[in-house]
Amino acid sequence: MNGTRLQRYGGLLLLALALALGPLFLQNGFHYNVAILAGLNAIVCIGLNLLIGYAGQISLGHAGFYALGAYASAILPDRFGFHPLGAMITGAVAVGLIAFAVARPILRLKGHYLAMATLGMGIIVSIVLDQEVDITGGPDGMPVGDLSAFGYVVSGNLAWYTLVAILLFITVWLALNLVHSPVGRALKAVHGSEIAAAAMGVDVFHYKVLVFVVSAIIASVAGSIFAHYSGFITPDEGSFIHSIELVTMVVLGGMASITGSIVGAVLLTVLPQMLADFHDYEMIVFGAILMSMMILMPKGLVPTLAGLFKGRRS
Amino acid sequence: MLAEFLQFLFSGLTVGAIYGLIGLGFAVIYNASHVINFAQGEFVMIGGMATVFLMKAGVPMPLAILIAIAGAAAVGWVLARFGIETARGSTVVGLIIITIGASILLRGLAQVIWDRNFHALPAFAGDTPIQILGAALLPQSLIIGTALVLTMLGLRLFFEHTRIGKAMQATAIDPLAAQLVGIDTRRIVRLSFVLSAALGAMAGVLVAPITMTYANVGVMLGLKGFAATIVGGLGNPLGAIAGGLIVGIAEAMTAGYLTSAYKDAVAFIIILFVLLFMPNGLFGRAEVTKV
Amino acid sequence: MTFLRVTGLSKSFGGVKAVDQVDFTVKAGHVFSIIGPNGAGKTTLFNLLTGLTMPDAGAIILDGEDVTGLPAHQLAARGVSRSFQNLQIFFNMTALENVMVGNHLHTTRRFLPCLFGSSSVRDSEARTRIFAEELMHYVGLGDYVDADASALPYGALKRLEIARALATRPRILMLDEPAAGLNPAETAEIDALIKRIAEDGITVLLVEHDMHLVWGVSDHIMVLNHGRVLAEGTAEEIRANPEVVEAYLGHRARER
Repeated sequence: MNGTRLQRYGGLLLLALALALGPLFLQNGFHYNVAILAGLNAIVCIGLNLLIGYAGQISLGHAGFYALGAYASAILPDRFGFHPLGAMITGAVAVGLIAFAVARPILRLKGHYLAMATLGMGIIVSIVLDQEVDITGGPDGMPVGDLSAFGYVVSGNLAWYTLVAILLFITVWLALNLVHSPVGRALKAVHGSEIAAAAMGVDVFHYKVLVFVVSAIIASVAGSIFAHYSGFITPDEGSFIHSIELVTMVVLGGMASITGSIVGAVLLTVLPQMLADFHDYEMIVFGAILMSMMILMPKGLVPTLAGLFKGRRS
Repeated sequence: MLAEFLQFLFSGLTVGAIYGLIGLGFAVIYNASHVINFAQGEFVMIGGMATVFLMKAGVPMPLAILIAIAGAAAVGWVLARFGIETARGSTVVGLIIITIGASILLRGLAQVIWDRNFHALPAFAGDTPIQILGAALLPQSLIIGTALVLTMLGLRLFFEHTRIGKAMQATAIDPLAAQLVGIDTRRIVRLSFVLSAALGAMAGVLVAPITMTYANVGVMLGLKGFAATIVGGLGNPLGAIAGGLIVGIAEAMTAGYLTSAYKDAVAFIIILFVLLFMPNGLFGRAEVTKV
Repeated sequence: MTFLRVTGLSKSFGGVKAVDQVDFTVKAGHVFSIIGPNGAGKTTLFNLLTGLTMPDAGAIILDGEDVTGLPAHQLAARGVSRSFQNLQIFFNMTALENVMVGNHLHTTRRFLPCLFGSSSVRDSEARTRIFAEELMHYVGLGDYVDADASALPYGALKRLEIARALATRPRILMLDEPAAGLNPAETAEIDALIKRIAEDGITVLLVEHDMHLVWGVSDHIMVLNHGRVLAEGTAEEIRANPEVVEAYLGHRARER
């Protein structure tokens, strides 16, 4: 076993330990709520980081995929009698297909144009959710049924925490496998230089579409889980602001860093809760952090700190 | 029939002119720095909100407007100096995030300094509509149209007949060459932010009597202005105006003839359509990557 | 034996004929050099041959197969690889990973095995890593195996591009000004490296301004001027060709 693999499994072990010990530090429902939301955000961000940090393709519309997953889990069981798991999978498959359909034309665009196209796509989703009142309940939102499987209904803080912790662990494990494989290297190559990647035999467009679809499916599943957990969803889940929050988490934690995505998601989920007492100043602090982070540490927290540590050691 | 159509056309041209002015701001900054300024909508907000609150403090309207526009321009300078310049070497994504951070920060500040309520500004020339073939045209619409034309003429004079304006043009065409002939490109970038902040604030003042203004008014207006720029071809000032008018008219016609529910989606559907079929906008040039 | 045959290849950009009715054939195992003044169309020709630019007309026959108009990654799969005149390094990776990307087509890269970290992927990764390390030693970059690509000096990056191109296991390697910006000692190393690559049976297509390098390594030389073939032949024939001397060499000599 070589160094990087040792690090990888050591990291996974640490994560498992942290997740298992988490409940010892969670003292009330509020703490659990924050932890569960942070975990769900982390899952979405890991997927999004594959797209933004690894493959270098920005998306300002991923909240749209998250919301579609959430609404699939709300609407399909209620109106069409789907099993909650069936609804979740149907939602994920549908989102995957939508992402595939839009990825093909959209991912031919670069930089600002890609940002604008994904932004437009996300906003259209949220406007549809807002306006189709008969199906979605419109801006007032709609209730979501329980998540049940094999005769067991997920309820209570600890059960939800456990479920999200397991899903997060699986996501991290799969993402680490992927980034340490030829696929992950191809994604980074697409980011580094598209023409060189193509000249080395990497089917650039194939990998862009692949990672876009994968990240969309991950967002959809996390959205489904969130819908069942919160029991009530509104079109805000798919808003432009939510898309921005997700991108911010990725960038704050660190581009092309799985650990970074977890750190970014946790920080930006916990921070607003802590700032809730200063509700009026929340946006000021949030905006200031965003700007100063990007100016002072453009690589994000984890890579910057890791770089400092590496520099001091050698 | 015709009256109805004209009515929609007037309202479309009015908001379209506003989108165009905002889009012009995007184009000016993009040309100078290749930055897409996601805080452009906040300049619009500052223009409207500052005018409202200055007038509440007893400042006469024309002076309030001037101070508001100057204030927005100052914010633009600060953003360029401390947000963009200090982040030299950032990636496209990094710069996008910095301006998004600025947008959130400015909205937060507006909520604290002013408030979270909706405010109306009195129309500049009264509310008595002018009847044209059965359609009502608000005097404010005429003012907006006039302002747009004057702005275009002013910018044209500025870009073609002043030293600094020509320097901005040169920087837009080839930043490296501009630097080589002694143009201070950092100053150009700052100036571009000041100029487009002023343009945005002006749009904000002009539109406030029609749509009301509030701390978050800039979000949608900014995005629609961006849409105008994309439709017209990124970095093409005249294209941005045309793009704004196209988006505005399409929106008004959709709201009038089809459904007002999807009015806000129109701009984004147009964007997707343009990006997918004419990736360089209606009036843009193709970019070529050199190997 | 002919390995690459190009006929009537043409490409214009906005009315300017960058490559105009170019014909040539490259024998297997040869070092075939393309020289010509700046703007003669050399890089455009490379971009056409490697699928980064689509030709307006003409045909590219690679080892008997018509590969005209195939995209870059499909040409790579058929054994075409290249380096870039202005470096196209993946600066977001280590030097070794850069070379490993070159081996992409020979790795186990199906999505699901990669996602689940199957043992076949692990074995393939271990093989790729060893192969990439060997290649870095081969081009003389043994000291930089674990370094970030961004930490390498310019001369090393030039060789990193060659190692990365070799990792594709090419049948034909196209080098776009591999010695540009290098000092004489570094150029001599590139000279030796090209000869070794050719000895190992890889056909080399070389674009280069350094004439000492070109005279030393080439089996055959083609001169491009204004997108057209001006002359073709061995080093001696080219040097003796008055047209070439006037259009290109003489021009250069006067500069000095």
